[in-house]
Amino acid sequence: MAAAKEIRSQIGSIKNTQKITSAMEMVAASKMRKAQDLMKASHPYAREIRNVVAHLADANPEYRHAYTLPRDEVKRVGYIVVSSDRGLCGGLNTNLFKATVKDAGAWRDQDVEMDFCALGGKASHFFNKYGGRLVAAKSGLGEAPRVEDLIGSVKVMLEAYDEGQLDRLYVVHNEFVNTMTQKPVVRQLLPLSTDVGDDETNQENARPRSWDYLYEPDAKALLDSLLVRFIESQVYQAVVENGACEQAARMIAMKSATDNAGDLVDDLEMVYNKARQAAITQEISEIVGGAAAV
Amino acid sequence: MANSVNCNIVSAEASIYSGSVEQVIAAGSAGDLGILPGHTPLLTSLKPGPVRVKIEGGDEENFFVSGGFMEVQPDVVTILADSAIRAHDLDEKAAEESRREALHSLNEKSAELDYTRASAELAEAVAKLRTIQQLRNRLG
Repeated sequence: MAAAKEIRSQIGSIKNTQKITSAMEMVAASKMRKAQDLMKASHPYAREIRNVVAHLADANPEYRHAYTLPRDEVKRVGYIVVSSDRGLCGGLNTNLFKATVKDAGAWRDQDVEMDFCALGGKASHFFNKYGGRLVAAKSGLGEAPRVEDLIGSVKVMLEAYDEGQLDRLYVVHNEFVNTMTQKPVVRQLLPLSTDVGDDETNQENARPRSWDYLYEPDAKALLDSLLVRFIESQVYQAVVENGACEQAARMIAMKSATDNAGDLVDDLEMVYNKARQAAITQEISEIVGGAAAV
Repeated sequence: MANSVNCNIVSAEASIYSGSVEQVIAAGSAGDLGILPGHTPLLTSLKPGPVRVKIEGGDEENFFVSGGFMEVQPDVVTILADSAIRAHDLDEKAAEESRREALHSLNEKSAELDYTRASAELAEAVAKLRTIQQLRNRLG
Protein backbone atom coordinates (compact mmCIF):
# COMPACT_ATOMS: atom_id res chain seq x y z
CA MET A 1 0.00 0.00 0.00
CA ALA A 2 3.11 2.23 0.28
CA ALA A 3 3.20 3.13 -3.42
CA ALA A 4 -0.45 4.14 -3.36
CA LYS A 5 0.14 6.45 -0.43
CA GLU A 6 3.04 8.14 -2.21
CA ILE A 7 0.90 8.72 -5.26
CA ARG A 8 -1.86 10.16 -3.06
CA SER A 9 0.50 12.80 -1.66
CA GLN A 10 1.85 13.56 -5.13
CA ILE A 11 -1.68 14.21 -6.36
CA GLY A 12 -2.28 16.45 -3.38
CA SER A 13 0.76 18.59 -4.07
CA ILE A 14 -0.08 18.92 -7.76
CA LYS A 15 -3.58 20.04 -6.86
CA ASN A 16 -2.12 22.70 -4.59
CA THR A 17 0.08 23.97 -7.40
CA GLN A 18 -2.94 23.99 -9.67
CA LYS A 19 -4.82 26.20 -7.23
CA ILE A 20 -1.96 28.68 -7.27
CA THR A 21 -1.62 28.77 -11.04
CA SER A 22 -5.33 29.18 -11.58
CA ALA A 23 -5.41 32.05 -9.08
CA MET A 24 -2.48 33.66 -10.90
CA GLU A 25 -4.30 33.23 -14.17
CA MET A 26 -7.32 35.12 -12.88
CA VAL A 27 -5.17 37.88 -11.39
CA ALA A 28 -3.28 38.25 -14.67
CA ALA A 29 -6.56 38.40 -16.61
CA SER A 30 -7.85 41.31 -14.57
CA LYS A 31 -4.48 43.09 -14.64
CA MET A 32 -4.31 42.59 -18.38
CA ARG A 33 -7.54 44.51 -18.82
CA LYS A 34 -6.09 47.44 -16.88
CA ALA A 35 -2.80 47.29 -18.75
CA GLN A 36 -4.63 47.26 -22.07
CA ASP A 37 -6.65 50.32 -21.05
CA LEU A 38 -3.43 52.09 -20.16
CA MET A 39 -1.94 51.12 -23.50
CA LYS A 40 -4.97 52.40 -25.41
CA ALA A 41 -5.03 55.64 -23.42
CA SER A 42 -1.44 56.40 -24.35
CA HIS A 43 -2.01 55.90 -28.08
CA PRO A 44 -3.42 59.36 -28.92
CA TYR A 45 -0.41 61.23 -27.52
CA ALA A 46 2.06 58.95 -29.28
CA ARG A 47 0.15 59.31 -32.52
CA GLU A 48 -0.11 63.10 -32.36
CA ILE A 49 3.50 63.66 -31.42
CA ARG A 50 4.55 61.30 -34.22
CA ASN A 51 2.48 63.39 -36.62
CA VAL A 52 4.10 66.59 -35.41
CA VAL A 53 7.57 65.11 -35.82
CA ALA A 54 6.60 63.84 -39.26
CA HIS A 55 5.44 67.34 -40.20
CA LEU A 56 8.70 68.65 -38.90
CA ALA A 57 10.69 66.21 -41.01
CA ASP A 58 8.66 67.39 -43.95
CA ALA A 59 9.07 71.09 -43.33
CA ASN A 60 12.12 73.01 -44.33
CA PRO A 61 13.34 74.15 -40.96
CA GLU A 62 16.02 76.75 -40.44
CA TYR A 63 17.59 74.52 -37.82
CA ARG A 64 18.25 70.81 -38.18
CA HIS A 65 18.44 69.00 -34.91
CA ALA A 66 21.19 66.43 -34.40
CA TYR A 67 18.55 63.72 -33.92
CA THR A 68 17.23 64.19 -37.44
CA LEU A 69 20.60 64.02 -39.18
CA PRO A 70 21.69 60.60 -40.38
CA ARG A 71 25.02 59.28 -39.15
CA ASP A 72 26.92 57.20 -41.66
CA GLU A 73 29.64 55.82 -39.48
CA VAL A 74 28.46 53.56 -36.71
CA LYS A 75 30.87 52.73 -33.91
CA ARG A 76 28.55 52.06 -31.01
CA VAL A 77 24.87 51.38 -30.81
CA GLY A 78 22.51 51.63 -27.87
CA TYR A 79 19.59 49.44 -27.02
CA ILE A 80 16.79 50.30 -24.64
CA VAL A 81 15.40 46.91 -23.71
CA VAL A 82 11.96 46.83 -22.11
CA SER A 83 11.24 43.67 -20.18
CA SER A 84 8.99 42.60 -17.36
CA ASP A 85 10.02 42.74 -13.72
CA ARG A 86 8.77 39.30 -12.90
CA GLY A 87 8.93 35.89 -14.45
CA LEU A 88 6.30 33.21 -14.88
CA CYS A 89 5.11 34.72 -18.11
CA GLY A 90 6.10 32.03 -20.58
CA GLY A 91 8.72 32.79 -23.21
CA LEU A 92 7.97 36.50 -23.26
CA ASN A 93 11.31 37.76 -21.96
CA THR A 94 13.37 34.97 -23.48
CA ASN A 95 12.01 35.71 -26.93
CA LEU A 96 12.68 39.38 -26.42
CA PHE A 97 16.28 38.78 -25.39
CA LYS A 98 16.79 36.42 -28.30
CA ALA A 99 15.59 39.09 -30.70
CA THR A 100 17.89 41.63 -29.06
CA VAL A 101 20.89 39.32 -29.15
CA LYS A 102 20.22 38.51 -32.79
CA ASP A 103 20.05 42.17 -33.72
CA ALA A 104 23.08 43.00 -31.58
CA GLY A 105 24.97 40.06 -33.11
CA ALA A 106 24.59 41.58 -36.55
CA TRP A 107 26.24 44.75 -35.27
CA ARG A 108 28.90 42.79 -33.43
CA ASP A 109 29.89 41.12 -36.68
CA GLN A 110 30.66 44.60 -38.01
CA ASP A 111 32.84 45.29 -34.96
CA VAL A 112 30.33 47.69 -33.52
CA GLU A 113 30.18 47.90 -29.76
CA MET A 114 26.98 48.30 -27.84
CA ASP A 115 25.43 49.81 -24.76
CA PHE A 116 22.30 48.57 -23.10
CA CYS A 117 19.67 50.30 -21.05
CA ALA A 118 17.48 47.84 -19.20
CA LEU A 119 13.95 48.76 -18.20
CA GLY A 120 12.58 46.00 -16.03
CA GLY A 121 14.26 43.60 -13.62
CA LYS A 122 14.59 40.68 -16.02
CA ALA A 123 16.45 42.74 -18.61
CA SER A 124 19.02 44.11 -16.17
CA HIS A 125 19.58 40.60 -14.85
CA PHE A 126 20.10 39.22 -18.35
CA PHE A 127 22.33 41.97 -19.69
CA ASN A 128 24.51 41.91 -16.61
CA LYS A 129 25.53 38.44 -17.70
CA TYR A 130 25.41 38.95 -21.44
CA GLY A 131 28.30 41.35 -21.82
CA GLY A 132 28.26 44.69 -23.50
CA ARG A 133 27.88 47.66 -21.23
CA LEU A 134 24.81 48.10 -19.12
CA VAL A 135 24.74 51.86 -18.74
CA ALA A 136 21.32 52.41 -17.25
CA ALA A 137 18.75 50.26 -15.55
CA LYS A 138 15.38 50.84 -14.00
CA SER A 139 13.18 48.23 -12.48
CA GLY A 140 10.10 48.12 -10.32
CA LEU A 141 8.01 50.18 -12.71
CA GLY A 142 4.87 48.47 -11.50
CA GLU A 143 1.59 48.08 -13.32
CA ALA A 144 1.02 51.74 -14.06
CA PRO A 145 4.39 53.16 -15.11
CA ARG A 146 4.61 56.93 -15.35
CA VAL A 147 6.59 58.97 -17.82
CA GLU A 148 8.55 60.51 -14.94
CA ASP A 149 9.91 57.09 -14.02
CA LEU A 150 11.54 56.68 -17.41
CA ILE A 151 13.02 60.11 -17.94
CA GLY A 152 16.24 59.32 -16.10
CA SER A 153 17.19 56.20 -18.02
CA VAL A 154 16.21 57.72 -21.36
CA LYS A 155 18.28 60.79 -20.56
CA VAL A 156 21.38 58.66 -20.02
CA MET A 157 21.04 57.23 -23.52
CA LEU A 158 20.21 60.56 -25.14
CA GLU A 159 23.19 62.22 -23.53
CA ALA A 160 25.44 59.47 -24.82
CA TYR A 161 23.97 60.09 -28.25
CA ASP A 162 24.50 63.84 -27.95
CA GLU A 163 28.13 63.32 -27.03
CA GLY A 164 28.64 61.03 -29.99
CA GLN A 165 29.24 57.93 -27.90
CA LEU A 166 26.26 56.30 -29.54
CA ASP A 167 25.47 56.48 -33.22
CA ARG A 168 22.21 54.55 -33.19
CA LEU A 169 19.57 54.07 -30.57
CA TYR A 170 17.05 51.27 -30.63
CA VAL A 171 14.18 50.32 -28.39
CA VAL A 172 13.31 46.64 -28.00
CA HIS A 173 9.96 45.63 -26.59
CA ASN A 174 7.11 43.21 -27.10
CA GLU A 175 4.35 44.23 -29.44
CA PHE A 176 0.83 43.41 -28.35
CA VAL A 177 -0.73 41.68 -31.35
CA ASN A 178 -3.54 40.07 -29.40
CA THR A 179 -3.99 38.18 -26.17
CA MET A 180 -2.46 35.01 -27.60
CA THR A 181 0.37 36.60 -29.56
CA GLN A 182 3.15 38.93 -28.50
CA LYS A 183 5.91 39.74 -30.92
CA PRO A 184 9.32 41.13 -29.99
CA VAL A 185 10.20 44.17 -32.09
CA VAL A 186 13.37 46.21 -32.48
CA ARG A 187 12.66 49.79 -33.49
CA GLN A 188 15.09 52.52 -34.33
CA LEU A 189 14.67 55.67 -32.26
CA LEU A 190 17.69 57.66 -33.33
CA PRO A 191 18.54 59.08 -35.71
CA LEU A 192 14.90 59.63 -36.53
CA SER A 193 14.11 57.47 -39.47
CA THR A 194 12.24 59.14 -42.26
CA ASP A 195 9.25 56.82 -42.00
CA VAL A 196 8.22 58.07 -38.55
CA GLY A 197 4.71 58.91 -39.64
CA ASP A 198 4.00 56.51 -42.44
CA ASP A 199 0.26 57.09 -42.19
CA GLU A 200 0.84 60.71 -43.10
CA THR A 201 3.41 60.43 -45.85
CA ASN A 202 1.08 60.05 -48.82
CA GLN A 203 -0.77 63.18 -47.95
CA GLU A 204 2.37 65.05 -47.07
CA ASN A 205 4.30 64.18 -50.19
CA ALA A 206 1.90 66.23 -52.24
CA ARG A 207 2.88 69.34 -50.32
CA PRO A 208 6.01 71.19 -51.39
CA ARG A 209 8.80 71.28 -48.84
CA SER A 210 9.13 75.00 -48.84
CA TRP A 211 7.28 76.00 -45.71
CA ASP A 212 8.50 76.27 -42.19
CA TYR A 213 6.96 76.75 -38.81
CA LEU A 214 7.00 79.89 -36.81
CA TYR A 215 8.86 78.94 -33.66
CA GLU A 216 8.28 80.31 -30.21
CA PRO A 217 10.54 80.93 -28.38
CA ASP A 218 13.16 79.79 -30.91
CA ALA A 219 13.69 76.79 -33.11
CA LYS A 220 16.63 75.31 -31.25
CA ALA A 221 15.22 75.36 -27.74
CA LEU A 222 11.87 74.16 -28.97
CA LEU A 223 13.12 71.29 -31.09
CA ASP A 224 15.51 70.17 -28.38
CA SER A 225 12.73 69.71 -25.89
CA LEU A 226 10.18 68.47 -28.40
CA LEU A 227 12.40 65.70 -29.74
CA VAL A 228 13.42 64.62 -26.26
CA ARG A 229 9.74 64.49 -25.37
CA PHE A 230 9.12 62.49 -28.53
CA ILE A 231 11.70 59.87 -27.60
CA GLU A 232 10.33 59.71 -24.07
CA SER A 233 6.83 59.17 -25.34
CA GLN A 234 8.03 56.40 -27.65
CA VAL A 235 9.76 54.65 -24.77
CA TYR A 236 6.74 55.15 -22.52
CA GLN A 237 4.55 53.66 -25.21
CA ALA A 238 6.93 50.69 -25.42
CA VAL A 239 6.78 50.21 -21.66
CA VAL A 240 3.00 50.23 -21.36
CA GLU A 241 2.64 47.98 -24.38
CA ASN A 242 5.14 45.57 -22.87
CA GLY A 243 3.15 45.69 -19.64
CA ALA A 244 0.01 44.56 -21.45
CA CYS A 245 2.05 41.83 -23.17
CA GLU A 246 3.40 40.65 -19.83
CA GLN A 247 -0.03 40.18 -18.31
CA ALA A 248 -1.38 38.49 -21.42
CA ALA A 249 1.60 36.15 -21.61
CA ARG A 250 1.32 35.34 -17.91
CA MET A 251 -2.37 34.61 -18.27
CA ILE A 252 -1.71 32.19 -21.12
CA ALA A 253 1.24 30.58 -19.34
CA MET A 254 -0.76 30.09 -16.15
CA LYS A 255 -3.73 28.75 -18.07
CA SER A 256 -1.62 26.09 -19.73
CA ALA A 257 0.05 25.32 -16.40
CA THR A 258 -3.38 24.79 -14.83
CA ASP A 259 -4.44 22.56 -17.73
CA ASN A 260 -1.22 20.55 -17.51
CA ALA A 261 -1.67 20.08 -13.78
CA GLY A 262 -5.17 18.76 -14.47
CA ASP A 263 -3.79 16.22 -16.97
CA LEU A 264 -1.12 15.14 -14.50
CA VAL A 265 -3.70 14.63 -11.77
CA ASP A 266 -5.84 12.52 -14.12
CA ASP A 267 -2.87 10.32 -15.05
CA LEU A 268 -1.78 9.91 -11.46
CA GLU A 269 -5.30 9.05 -10.34
CA MET A 270 -5.31 6.28 -12.92
CA VAL A 271 -2.01 4.94 -11.60
CA TYR A 272 -3.27 5.26 -8.03
CA ASN A 273 -6.44 3.27 -8.77
CA LYS A 274 -4.41 0.55 -10.43
CA ALA A 275 -2.08 0.33 -7.44
CA ARG A 276 -5.01 0.19 -5.05
CA GLN A 277 -6.70 -2.53 -7.11
CA ALA A 278 -3.47 -4.51 -7.26
CA ALA A 279 -3.10 -4.31 -3.49
CA ILE A 280 -6.67 -5.58 -2.95
CA THR A 281 -6.20 -8.42 -5.42
CA GLN A 282 -3.01 -9.43 -3.72
CA GLU A 283 -4.68 -9.43 -0.33
CA ILE A 284 -7.55 -11.62 -1.56
CA SER A 285 -5.18 -14.11 -3.16
CA GLU A 286 -3.19 -14.22 0.07
CA ILE A 287 -6.34 -14.97 2.06
CA VAL A 288 -7.46 -17.58 -0.45
CA GLY A 289 -4.01 -19.11 -0.44
CA GLY A 290 -4.00 -19.16 3.35
CA ALA A 291 -7.45 -20.81 3.53
CA ALA A 292 -6.39 -23.48 1.02
CA ALA A 293 -3.33 -24.29 3.11
CA VAL A 294 -5.50 -24.96 6.18
CA MET B 1 -15.13 74.93 -43.02
CA ALA B 2 -13.28 78.18 -43.37
CA ASN B 3 -14.23 79.34 -39.90
CA SER B 4 -13.47 76.22 -37.92
CA VAL B 5 -10.34 74.32 -37.14
CA ASN B 6 -9.81 70.83 -35.73
CA CYS B 7 -8.44 70.82 -32.25
CA ASN B 8 -6.86 67.84 -30.48
CA ILE B 9 -5.70 68.05 -26.90
CA VAL B 10 -3.82 64.98 -25.73
CA SER B 11 -1.77 64.18 -22.68
CA ALA B 12 0.57 61.22 -22.26
CA GLU B 13 -2.08 59.30 -20.37
CA ALA B 14 -5.23 60.14 -22.29
CA SER B 15 -6.94 62.06 -25.05
CA ILE B 16 -8.57 65.09 -23.45
CA TYR B 17 -10.44 66.86 -26.20
CA SER B 18 -10.99 66.45 -29.89
CA GLY B 19 -13.34 68.40 -32.08
CA SER B 20 -13.99 71.25 -34.45
CA VAL B 21 -13.58 74.68 -32.86
CA GLU B 22 -13.62 78.39 -33.75
CA GLN B 23 -10.73 79.56 -31.64
CA VAL B 24 -8.08 78.17 -29.33
CA ILE B 25 -6.51 80.35 -26.65
CA ALA B 26 -3.42 79.02 -24.90
CA ALA B 27 -0.56 80.31 -22.79
CA GLY B 28 2.48 80.08 -25.04
CA SER B 29 5.96 80.49 -23.64
CA ALA B 30 6.15 83.96 -25.19
CA GLY B 31 2.67 85.07 -24.19
CA ASP B 32 -0.95 84.14 -24.63
CA LEU B 33 -1.94 83.05 -28.11
CA GLY B 34 -5.30 83.08 -29.79
CA ILE B 35 -5.40 80.74 -32.75
CA LEU B 36 -8.04 81.27 -35.43
CA PRO B 37 -8.66 78.98 -38.40
CA GLY B 38 -6.15 79.34 -41.22
CA HIS B 39 -3.26 80.26 -38.95
CA THR B 40 0.20 79.91 -40.42
CA PRO B 41 2.14 76.83 -39.22
CA LEU B 42 3.41 77.47 -35.72
CA LEU B 43 5.22 75.41 -33.14
CA THR B 44 5.45 76.64 -29.59
CA SER B 45 6.02 75.37 -26.12
CA LEU B 46 3.31 76.03 -23.56
CA LYS B 47 3.57 77.41 -20.08
CA PRO B 48 1.47 75.93 -17.34
CA GLY B 49 -1.86 77.62 -17.73
CA PRO B 50 -5.37 77.58 -19.04
CA VAL B 51 -6.34 76.52 -22.55
CA ARG B 52 -9.66 77.87 -23.73
CA VAL B 53 -11.44 76.39 -26.66
CA LYS B 54 -14.30 78.29 -28.33
CA ILE B 55 -16.73 75.92 -29.95
CA GLU B 56 -19.16 76.84 -32.69
CA GLY B 57 -22.28 78.32 -31.16
CA GLY B 58 -20.51 80.40 -28.54
CA ASP B 59 -19.78 77.65 -26.05
CA GLU B 60 -16.43 77.45 -24.35
CA GLU B 61 -14.43 74.59 -22.91
CA ASN B 62 -11.66 75.16 -20.39
CA PHE B 63 -8.64 72.99 -19.75
CA PHE B 64 -5.57 73.24 -17.68
CA VAL B 65 -2.20 72.15 -19.00
CA SER B 66 0.95 71.98 -16.94
CA GLY B 67 3.20 72.66 -19.88
CA GLY B 68 3.67 70.99 -23.23
CA PHE B 69 3.70 71.87 -26.91
CA MET B 70 1.27 73.27 -29.40
CA GLU B 71 1.46 72.65 -33.11
CA VAL B 72 -0.64 74.78 -35.41
CA GLN B 73 -1.39 73.91 -39.00
CA PRO B 74 -3.92 75.90 -41.03
CA ASP B 75 -6.59 73.26 -40.49
CA VAL B 76 -5.55 71.55 -37.27
CA VAL B 77 -4.31 72.55 -33.83
CA THR B 78 -2.59 69.89 -31.75
CA ILE B 79 -1.81 70.42 -28.09
CA LEU B 80 0.61 67.91 -26.60
CA ALA B 81 0.10 68.49 -22.92
CA ASP B 82 2.34 67.16 -20.20
CA SER B 83 -0.83 66.68 -18.28
CA ALA B 84 -4.20 68.23 -18.93
CA ILE B 85 -7.32 68.31 -16.85
CA ARG B 86 -10.70 69.80 -17.51
CA ALA B 87 -10.85 73.10 -15.69
CA HIS B 88 -13.97 72.06 -13.82
CA ASP B 89 -12.01 69.25 -12.21
CA LEU B 90 -9.50 71.66 -10.78
CA ASP B 91 -9.61 71.67 -7.07
CA GLU B 92 -8.93 75.20 -5.98
CA LYS B 93 -8.08 74.14 -2.50
CA ALA B 94 -5.53 71.63 -3.74
CA ALA B 95 -4.00 74.26 -5.98
CA GLU B 96 -3.78 76.70 -3.09
CA GLU B 97 -2.25 73.98 -0.97
CA SER B 98 0.45 73.05 -3.44
CA ARG B 99 1.23 76.74 -3.98
CA ARG B 100 1.73 77.18 -0.25
CA GLU B 101 3.86 74.10 -0.12
CA ALA B 102 6.02 75.35 -2.97
CA LEU B 103 6.40 78.77 -1.33
CA HIS B 104 7.20 77.09 1.92
CA SER B 105 9.97 75.00 0.44
CA LEU B 106 11.27 78.06 -1.45
CA ASN B 107 11.63 79.97 1.77
CA GLU B 108 13.00 77.08 3.68
CA LYS B 109 16.75 77.16 3.32
CA SER B 110 17.27 73.51 3.99
CA ALA B 111 20.13 71.51 2.57
CA GLU B 112 18.08 69.40 0.21
CA LEU B 113 16.31 72.43 -1.21
CA ASP B 114 15.45 71.73 -4.78
CA TYR B 115 15.02 75.24 -6.06
CA THR B 116 14.13 74.59 -9.67
CA ARG B 117 11.61 71.98 -8.77
CA ALA B 118 9.96 74.18 -6.19
CA SER B 119 9.70 77.14 -8.55
CA ALA B 120 8.23 74.89 -11.24
CA GLU B 121 5.64 73.72 -8.74
CA LEU B 122 4.91 77.29 -7.81
CA ALA B 123 4.43 78.32 -11.44
CA GLU B 124 2.06 75.41 -11.92
CA ALA B 125 0.01 76.22 -8.85
CA VAL B 126 -0.26 79.89 -9.80
CA ALA B 127 -1.35 78.89 -13.30
CA LYS B 128 -4.03 76.62 -11.86
CA LEU B 129 -5.36 79.45 -9.76
CA ARG B 130 -5.36 81.69 -12.83
CA THR B 131 -7.49 79.15 -14.67
CA ILE B 132 -9.96 79.01 -11.83
CA GLN B 133 -10.18 82.78 -11.54
CA GLN B 134 -10.80 83.16 -15.26
CA LEU B 135 -13.57 80.64 -15.00
CA ARG B 136 -15.07 82.34 -12.00
CA ASN B 137 -15.01 85.79 -13.59
CA ARG B 138 -16.89 84.50 -16.56
CA LEU B 139 -19.44 82.66 -14.53
CA GLY B 140 -20.11 85.90 -12.63
